[in-house]
Amino acid sequence: MADVLMMARRRVEPAHVLAILCAVAVLCVVLFMTLGARGSWSFIIPFRGAKVAQMALVGYAIAVSTVLFQTVTHNRILTPSIMGFDAMYVLIQTTLVFFIGGLATATIDPRLMFVLETVLMVAFALALFRWLFTGAQRSLHLLVLVGIIIGTFFRSFSSFMQRIIDPNEFAILQDRFFASFNTVNSELLLISSILIGAVSVVAWRIHSTFDVLALGRENAINLGVDYNRVVRLILILVAILVSVSTALVGPVTFFGLLVANLAYIMIGSARHRHVIPAAALLAFICLVGGQMLLERVFAFNTALSIIIEFLGGVVFILLILRGAAR
Amino acid sequence: MIITKGITKAYGGTVVVDDVSIALPTRGITSIIGPNGAGKSTMLSIISRLLGMDAGTVTVDGMDVTKTPGDVLARRLSILRQDNHMSARLTVADLVAFGRYPYSKGRLTVEDKRHIDEAIAYLNLEDLRGRFLDELSGGQRQRAFVAMVLCQDTDYVLLDEPLNNLDMKHAMGMMKLMRRAANELGKTVVLVLHDINFASWYSDYIVAMKDGKVVNHGSTEDIINPDALRAIYDMNINVHEIGGQRISLFYD
Repeated sequence: MADVLMMARRRVEPAHVLAILCAVAVLCVVLFMTLGARGSWSFIIPFRGAKVAQMALVGYAIAVSTVLFQTVTHNRILTPSIMGFDAMYVLIQTTLVFFIGGLATATIDPRLMFVLETVLMVAFALALFRWLFTGAQRSLHLLVLVGIIIGTFFRSFSSFMQRIIDPNEFAILQDRFFASFNTVNSELLLISSILIGAVSVVAWRIHSTFDVLALGRENAINLGVDYNRVVRLILILVAILVSVSTALVGPVTFFGLLVANLAYIMIGSARHRHVIPAAALLAFICLVGGQMLLERVFAFNTALSIIIEFLGGVVFILLILRGAAR
Repeated sequence: MIITKGITKAYGGTVVVDDVSIALPTRGITSIIGPNGAGKSTMLSIISRLLGMDAGTVTVDGMDVTKTPGDVLARRLSILRQDNHMSARLTVADLVAFGRYPYSKGRLTVEDKRHIDEAIAYLNLEDLRGRFLDELSGGQRQRAFVAMVLCQDTDYVLLDEPLNNLDMKHAMGMMKLMRRAANELGKTVVLVLHDINFASWYSDYIVAMKDGKVVNHGSTEDIINPDALRAIYDMNINVHEIGGQRISLFYD
């Protein structure tokens, strides 16, 4: 049975899978833009268009960051959030509200906040990398492990501050930490697009190394990849992508895992040139299609992030049960 | 020619490779032998720039391995270590094709495809080329990785304990293959070996290490004799000549 599935999977060309995913994505956008549209198009198009744009940016950022992170860590159940990237975002927000108050933080220019957060996240990634890769132990697994512990520390510290904070301020924070795909951060869309564009250009320039990195550190060095430089660069890119997605919708844990692993299964090979577009398209389809179902079928009775995190969590457990954790 | 000058590597206070200066001969098979913890694998890792050193220099054909761009060196020297864990699911042909990465950066040319086919044929992997690595036995996987290294088409091929986990038949097949690669393709093969009889039978040159230092080096006759082996392994080893080859017996 498994063999038959394997054979069937091998016969579908990656290019065909990508073409089908593209078609589904376009269909989702068309349906999302037109279904239940009552009223003036001059209102609907920019209103829903901004939502689609935000979901495209977030889906792309989460998918690419997860696939790249899994490539450099050689592990398919890790996501950047496990390294404490999301926890750092929560800590920054909590600290700000704790010290200057919810009202004052709300008046800060969101673009300024965003830049600050991105800089801090990149600095965090670099500090972790530098500390671990200049010492005697050059282990990526140690880096991840330390990341997990620092993430736990960030979370504990944040929850400590949240406990002693004014309950009204706490409500503001809680709202911010709950991933929402429905509200559009219009101020951040432009700067996010620019950042993601810049990240994509850099990633494109080093994309030939991605497949080689998946062979492991020693094989990558043997094949002439400047391993330390490339891994550091990829961690910076991942940090930027995670900052973009958390700033736009809030922390999301399992979504990247879900789309990355679906992409590996659908493409059937590990070639990044196919896996990355597939993961990004899947993320976009899940977000736009999911949001559409939510709005039209469930009439906003639940939140998309809950469904996505539920599905992602199920995939995570399945992966562990299937032993993909090795 | 691979030349090391005073290479030293320490972990914490423990010196693993201690001021090693040696020139490894070009062409033929050079084996590095010695007891566990002698620093053999560490030295091989340092020579192949997988591991940094605390002091000293390594040059390959005059190029300093720590300063030469990775892809330039990757066209001259290749290294294969033992545990090749990977998360990606690859076929044998995919893996072998990676050997061309230093030349074509992932865009395979007709020339690259010819090298890939040759390497696969050289290791008798034609029947397995479409199989995934995790569907292969340990010996077949090993051959697939060696095919990748040969496909890299470097003058120097460094292998760290290539006979680990191989049965007698496959171990012999691997050594014969190295012999062929050295004779037919003119490669310089450097191996870390534990079995001194394999070293004796197939090597042109043997380097003996102990406690992080090179204690002896020379032709097979210089190293495979009771006095020299006692100095390396601290045990009595009888050496017999069988069919013109030296065989060591160390069972007590």
